[in-house]
Amino acid sequence: MTDQPQHPEEQVLQEGDPDTTGHSWDGIKEFNNPLPRWWLWCFYLTIIWGVAYTVLYPAWPGISGATAGVLGYSTRAEVAEEIERFEALNADLRTQLTEVELANVTRQEAPELYNFALQAGAATFTTWCSQCHGEGAAGVQAAGYPNLLDDDWLWGGSLEDIQMTIAHGIRNEDDPDARWSEMTAFEGILSDEEIAQVVNYAMALSDVDGDGANAANHAYDTTLASAGENVFLDNCAACHGDAGDGDRFLGAPNLTDAIWLYGGSAEAVEETVRHSRFGVMPAWSGRLSEAEVNATALYVHSLGGGE
Amino acid sequence: MASQDAAPKLYAAQEPIFPKRVKGPFRNFKWALMIFTLGIYYITPWIRWDRGPSLPDQAVLVDLANRRFFFFWIEIWPHEFYFVAGLLIMAGLGLFLFTSALGRVWCGYACPQTVWTDLFYTVERWIEGDRNARLRLWKQKWDFRKWRLRVTKWIVWLLIAVATGGAWVFYFADAPTLLGDLLTGQAAFVAYATVGILTATTFIFGGFAREQICIYACPWPRIQAAMMDEHTITVAYRDWRGEPRGKGKKRREMAEAAIESSRLAGPTIRGTEPGATSAPEVEAPGDCIDCMACVNVCPMGIDIRDGQQMECITCALCIDACDEIMDKVGKPRGLIDYLALTDEANERAGNTKVPVMRHILRPRTLIYTALWAAVGVGLIVALFIRSEIDLTVAQVRNPQFVTLSDGAVRNTYDIRIRNMTAADATFRIGLTSDDVLRVDLEGSQDLMVEVPADETLLQRVYVIARPEDAASSRERTDFRFWVEEFDTEERAYNDTTFFGRGQP
Repeated sequence: MTDQPQHPEEQVLQEGDPDTTGHSWDGIKEFNNPLPRWWLWCFYLTIIWGVAYTVLYPAWPGISGATAGVLGYSTRAEVAEEIERFEALNADLRTQLTEVELANVTRQEAPELYNFALQAGAATFTTWCSQCHGEGAAGVQAAGYPNLLDDDWLWGGSLEDIQMTIAHGIRNEDDPDARWSEMTAFEGILSDEEIAQVVNYAMALSDVDGDGANAANHAYDTTLASAGENVFLDNCAACHGDAGDGDRFLGAPNLTDAIWLYGGSAEAVEETVRHSRFGVMPAWSGRLSEAEVNATALYVHSLGGGE
Repeated sequence: MASQDAAPKLYAAQEPIFPKRVKGPFRNFKWALMIFTLGIYYITPWIRWDRGPSLPDQAVLVDLANRRFFFFWIEIWPHEFYFVAGLLIMAGLGLFLFTSALGRVWCGYACPQTVWTDLFYTVERWIEGDRNARLRLWKQKWDFRKWRLRVTKWIVWLLIAVATGGAWVFYFADAPTLLGDLLTGQAAFVAYATVGILTATTFIFGGFAREQICIYACPWPRIQAAMMDEHTITVAYRDWRGEPRGKGKKRREMAEAAIESSRLAGPTIRGTEPGATSAPEVEAPGDCIDCMACVNVCPMGIDIRDGQQMECITCALCIDACDEIMDKVGKPRGLIDYLALTDEANERAGNTKVPVMRHILRPRTLIYTALWAAVGVGLIVALFIRSEIDLTVAQVRNPQFVTLSDGAVRNTYDIRIRNMTAADATFRIGLTSDDVLRVDLEGSQDLMVEVPADETLLQRVYVIARPEDAASSRERTDFRFWVEEFDTEERAYNDTTFFGRGQP
């Protein structure tokens, strides 16, 4: 056994302790535990790997770009390749979408095509349609962008009608087949009194429960409303119908239901009567492929309002 | 141990190790465990299990593409991943338990690095001979014989390595099909890459890196050291019995000197007489004859007589080696033995050895066992009470509700029905509520949906409150969705909320 140290700073090494490096600071000695040599080789290997990597792959930044690397690899090209691969995989489904009768694309009859159409339609909708109709397709009432989830359609909610609307749009001047109608601005044609009468009459049309407020819960003046019936029949019924239930051939909204394209308040309705509305939707047949238009039609049809 | 004049080397070369063949109970146990563990690893993917026509018939299969894990009669879906979490918790508690009770028993017996290195050493011994022959071969020049032995050894190692890497991928696909594909070059690139990488790691780690992995690459030695206490049994040397060591002529001289010394010290040498203060100046030689048998068999290349050390994987081969020598020289076994730290003080004081079970059974290990068992029982219960059908509901909240032309309020829900049975099933969808609510399915006239076997169906469901019903004007109405399997009438349900206009 070793003697006790004379000075506390003198460390006594035990049997089995590693050698020391010979370094001593204030009596603290450093054990000599050398790193295994293969560890050093691994370190050199990582350096070689690193250098090789910068030669093979894009790495060193320059003024207007980076070195391209001798393998010619690029993430952008890889993504493009991947997209191409998936496009090729889906080519057959895409062709089917242009040839098939849309009404036959159901989960029961063509599950794979139906599933593909809904996914593709959702992607197209998010990219091109959601700016106006909203991500959830609920529209924007203040701007007159229709809600596509409900069961009220201006121009029809069958698959063919929706497909037609998407392909050619509404009131745009780019597509000769665009759906077209124009409401008269009645300011100057009708007197202020007549306008007030017809506005209240229009609001009363959707008061199904007879509580003096329309379905959007805006109250109206019953006296003015009953006076407005003749004004309505003379000026509005041609498009909106004698009963006010609209005409899809003309895109004339149904005024008797609970849904108001621009809102059901007296101010919103008066604005419509005085200055008219002119909602425009672009035609998509030029920008989207036929398969994309059909897929989007199927998607919109599946959101709850499809007829 | 004095400081050296020359600057110390910063890097050390790997010390070659030539473990000697050893016989004994621990070695036999290790052979049995090696056959058992390797058997499980290589054979498991080939066990078949009939699950019907629409499911794979491999007993153990990790089906990554379809996100399923099959284990005999159990099938785990991704949403049941808590089973895997539970097993990991059990593995962690099991490690605590085994380490606190038996030290690094995992390292010594069951770790793949240990098992495969042991197998590679066996091959090496079989081809190149035992320790002395291998030492000679290592020192000799590279002649034809050396090349022949080395290349033969490497080829056998490589075959084991390929089989090891190959067996791994069979857990992830139908084994017979994949084997055919691998042999005919039809298998996916990722299969070949996996086989290649695991072949390389097995070959390098088992054949060359060996103890370097345990010493430098593996975190277990550090972590496990923190879980051991003074009652943990581990492989140790009874230096109070073995020292001072000596052999041959030196040993005889030590013995003679001790006799001489005790004669001079008189009759009080054993301290039996009261008041005796003098002790022999020279100790009699201990039981260790310094034959180096324990060092020669060590796969880690250490000397257990230096005490507990991080390199020791507690494979217990030195116990077998030392016991064999002790038998030969007529001394009791157990100079190297499984011991706890408390045994040293105890035995130095002259008490008898505490039985191993007394060390193992203590509050700490019992608590670990209880926790481990509790998690295990919990998982088994969860396994038996889980339903074969499952329903999740995600409400579409953009927008929260839609007003229909008749003033009704409609909410939309994406519901997923999981059919975890092996047969196609028809489900009826319905709801339970105190309020009047109507259910509609997108793309379907009735409320029935078909879900194929082992699949999930996503269905868009509408719930409608008429304008005259309270739910249409109330802000929120809680209700319960349920699905009922048509034949078995088994049900699953999910509670959710209906959003109304929030105004009269």
